[in-house]
Amino acid sequence: MAIVRMQKLSICANKKNRKAILEFLQSLGAVEIFTDAIDDEDLRRKDTQAARSSFERSADSFDKVLKLLNTYAPGEKQGMSLFAGKDPIKREDYDRVVSNIRSYLDDSTQILRDEKELTECSGLIQKDKNQIESLRPWMELGIPMSMSGTKETAVLIGSLPENCTADQLYAAAAKDLPEPVSLSADILSASNEMTCVCVVCLKRDSAKVEENLRSIGFARPSQMTDSVPRDAVKELEDDIAGQEARIETLKKQIASYAPKREDYKIAADYFRSRAEKYRVLGMLPQSERAFFLEGWVSADMADRVSKILTDQYGAYVEMADTREGETEPTILKNNRFSQAAEGVLASYGLPQHGHVDPTFIMSIFYVFFFGMMLSDAGYGLVMTIACAVILIKCPRMAAGTKKMIQLFFFCGLSTTFWGLMYGGFFGDAIDVIAKTFFGYKGDGVVKALWFEPLEDPMRLLIWCMLFGVIHLFVGLGIKGYEYLKAGDVVGFVSDIVSWYAFLMGLILMLVPSDLFSSIAGQQFNLPAIVGPISKGLAIGGLVIILLMSGRGRKNWALRIALGAYDIYGVTGWLSDVLSYSRLLALGLATGVIGNVINMMASMFGGGVVGAILFIVIFVLGHTLNIGINALGAYVHTNRLQYVEFFGKFYEAGGRPFTPFQNANKYVEIKEER
Amino acid sequence: MSLGMVFAILGAALATALAGIGSAWGVGIAGQAAAGVVSEDPDQFAKVLLLQLLPGTQGIYGLLVTFITLSRIGVLGGTAITDTHTGLMYLFACLPIAIVGLVSAYHQGRTSVSCIGLVAKKPDQFGKAMLFPAMVETYAILSLLVSILAITNI
Repeated sequence: MAIVRMQKLSICANKKNRKAILEFLQSLGAVEIFTDAIDDEDLRRKDTQAARSSFERSADSFDKVLKLLNTYAPGEKQGMSLFAGKDPIKREDYDRVVSNIRSYLDDSTQILRDEKELTECSGLIQKDKNQIESLRPWMELGIPMSMSGTKETAVLIGSLPENCTADQLYAAAAKDLPEPVSLSADILSASNEMTCVCVVCLKRDSAKVEENLRSIGFARPSQMTDSVPRDAVKELEDDIAGQEARIETLKKQIASYAPKREDYKIAADYFRSRAEKYRVLGMLPQSERAFFLEGWVSADMADRVSKILTDQYGAYVEMADTREGETEPTILKNNRFSQAAEGVLASYGLPQHGHVDPTFIMSIFYVFFFGMMLSDAGYGLVMTIACAVILIKCPRMAAGTKKMIQLFFFCGLSTTFWGLMYGGFFGDAIDVIAKTFFGYKGDGVVKALWFEPLEDPMRLLIWCMLFGVIHLFVGLGIKGYEYLKAGDVVGFVSDIVSWYAFLMGLILMLVPSDLFSSIAGQQFNLPAIVGPISKGLAIGGLVIILLMSGRGRKNWALRIALGAYDIYGVTGWLSDVLSYSRLLALGLATGVIGNVINMMASMFGGGVVGAILFIVIFVLGHTLNIGINALGAYVHTNRLQYVEFFGKFYEAGGRPFTPFQNANKYVEIKEER
Repeated sequence: MSLGMVFAILGAALATALAGIGSAWGVGIAGQAAAGVVSEDPDQFAKVLLLQLLPGTQGIYGLLVTFITLSRIGVLGGTAITDTHTGLMYLFACLPIAIVGLVSAYHQGRTSVSCIGLVAKKPDQFGKAMLFPAMVETYAILSLLVSILAITNI
């Protein structure tokens, strides 16, 4: 339940140790390097941009190679890959790959070249296919399409825009020709859009015939081949077959690299890490003989790091103070249960140094509220078991994913707990099964440990608001704690205690009232002494808020006005508390939809067929219900934390810690001890 | 069958129908945006799918109210209504979730569309992106509560 204390190191070292020091810091992965503050005109920064982008390109090419291998030689099982995390590799494998990095680069060049050729082949195939398509209407033609005629005759090959019969064509072409007419007009293919024709006539008539044909829309084909269409198509088809064979060869060729997949992963990560190293190298201010850097490291590691740097690398290390305007990066440290919820906090924003890390308190409420919303013992068990299986099967999951799964594991347990309290196990599955298949008649088999929400929703609504008030008061309490830690007692009394008193007073006045008892359906009799106390609290709180809220102002009129405005904030409290009614609504939704599914499943009665249909509908329906309601519970639990709870005290704005480390995407070196 | 029964079933039908229309609408427009994002960046599938589903809950709330109503007016259980008054009461009790469900699901869908755009540009801001549509849903939840409380107390 804390933010890790950070220490700033100032390091100055001999240039000849630069590589060694950077590599040590990178493999340690616990120092965030920054150099903006060091500025001196004698210091130069090395331009590493070219080297860095060359490494990035290499890493990218290996990424592409891996993607291609997955396409052409799918070897890895997918399924759990979402949670699989990085592959563990041995140090010697890493060293082997790095020492042969040239040959791996050659491999990647070759594979990418093959891929390029492959794309070209597919392009050619497409082109051929288009050409075949455009030749298809001319298939009947037995002479080359470019033929213009023989010694005595002229050949007119072309298309007409409309459907046309051989007689019509002949009549049109032979119009006004001198007798005897010697003309042959053939239709090669006809459709509504286009008629392909071949007209043969005497050379002397050709000008007249062409004119005749043009008058009915004759046009030469846009694509001419020098060969007979049938042969041209054959050629193209052969070409396609050739290209396809080439593609198969290329695919096999690429796939033949598959055994080296693991090595390519190492190579990709190697280049990525080098690019990262060169990024940092480019940041370092250097003099002729020395270089300088500053870095954030967690306070408990500072001594160890500085000792290693001093003893092994001959660097000069100083524990430096934070300068004006510098913000320390935030690392959270929590117990095993609460660290699961760190991701939830981080996606809202990390806390700043000097403020409270609310993860621990939030994680308790988070799990509690999530359980209330999903609230079904069966669903809870499904969730818990699924998360446990994933956690056991995939121990190397990325840290963020792992925390998320752990959180849902705990949420599953809480859901099971609330399911038992509300008497829900896959809705009312046990009762329905008992009645449908075992002929049980009588009251419900499963009894809620507490009560069933649908029987008495008002009662649960009041409990939900009570939980809400507790949640909000805890939030206000954290703000009070921060006031006290900063030594601001006046602020504590006027901003925190006053609100506690005011709100407690209001609640105590409300509870015994007729209005409340008619809503709750029962009368709460508090001791007589509570009446005056509650009035005292409310008025006392009210007066403090009125007078002290605007205490920063000199002008008393303005100060009172600000106080009055703050009192208006009580409506915000009302809406915040009402917002917790979602605990009831979502809890009811899960239970009732579960019941609907069970009812639909049991419609087919007992017997074997009924049982099979029951199982099918039951499994499908409840899977859907778990999905949609778990999503709802997740979203609305987050909302209660972010809007209602954090709204009372939390200011994000912390900077996440980004240490200088190996930029590994695929592999993780497992050091043998 | 009494006229009251007709009114009660009208109310039950409206709850599922109107809230369902709203959800179908909202999930539909959010789905179009989600498909666009996935076509550019398939890794965002899980995130945008969650955002797409958010406006889907109103339909479920409507179903919930319908079911509670039907199980009290003698269709799926309970006793049949004999007077018109009671039937009208059920009808009006169903209206909050029917109307607010329709409108809020549509607007939640539009908010989801914007948040899907947000996730496409800044995938790390998913936590915040999820919150904006959830804000809209609050009012569907409130109307669901009012409907349930009204029906269970008739």
